[in-house]
Amino acid sequence: MKESFPQGARAALPVVLGYLGIGFAAGVVERAAGMSYAEILLLSTVLYAGSAQFVVTSMLTLGAPASAIVPTVFFLNLRHLLLSAALAPRLSGVPAWKNALLGLQLTDETFVVASARERIRPAWMAGLNVAAWSTWALANLAGAALAGLAGDPRALGFALPAMFAGLLVLQLRGRAGVAVAVCAAAAGLAIQLLQPGPWAVVGATLIGATVGLALKRWKSAPNS
Amino acid sequence: MEIRPEFLTLVLACALATAVPRVLPLVLLSRFALPPWLLDWLSFVPVAVLGALTAIEVLMPGGRGFALQAAPLAAIAAAFAVAAWTRNLLATVATGVALYWLLG
Repeated sequence: MKESFPQGARAALPVVLGYLGIGFAAGVVERAAGMSYAEILLLSTVLYAGSAQFVVTSMLTLGAPASAIVPTVFFLNLRHLLLSAALAPRLSGVPAWKNALLGLQLTDETFVVASARERIRPAWMAGLNVAAWSTWALANLAGAALAGLAGDPRALGFALPAMFAGLLVLQLRGRAGVAVAVCAAAAGLAIQLLQPGPWAVVGATLIGATVGLALKRWKSAPNS
Repeated sequence: MEIRPEFLTLVLACALATAVPRVLPLVLLSRFALPPWLLDWLSFVPVAVLGALTAIEVLMPGGRGFALQAAPLAAIAAAFAVAAWTRNLLATVATGVALYWLLG
């Protein structure tokens, strides 16, 4: 079976490498912000969102109240709406409770691995999710424990952009795909330049996917 | 080794705010037959996300303004080349990380 839980866990390998580096860095700053090991474990398993954890940590350090932190995290993670919607057709017919559990552990990185498949079996996705999730928690704890004495984990963190590049090449089919990737890249950079934050990827995705749809409709229109 | 009550409340509230956009579309949209144009639109989402994430990570490390650095540029170029040549994800990631580490 190419679609079993262990196969999904194996497909998570590039994500695991990247999470080791980034999770370690997250653990270092969380510990420096005064969180206990139990709190770091709670944060990394229950919230389980890289950028949101960095934001929570830095806002706590600045003394921000929960009434400011929670809405910030909400808007930061709103981009998951698009990712979750894009996976839905590949998981149609799956019981709602299974999709709810799979969705809980959705991240940018597990999304890009999962979206390389036309159909997703829940067991495969669970393997992918659990491998990434447990790596993330362990890396956070390792960062907290080894803060100060380990070397620079940023080289491992480069596993994520390298994986994005690899998946991009593997997923590109036809000129429309290339156009979508280039448009989204340009839009993402422009938005990020004007308004650094979580909206760059959302805006770039809306623009890129719409360009793709327009190109596809235009090409498949009858030549009359 | 303890969890402050206000920290627990904060994490649970943040987790709920994160869970809703993660779960809701997947649960709701997987139950209906979506119109063809929406399926087509959604099919372009992964490539768009990948294009944007890769460009921002490599050209704007840290997320604020352009910063053209040799290590990420060379490593990502090598990753693209290896991916196109081998179509192997693990070889791509290994090449990218190794080159980034050597140059960084």
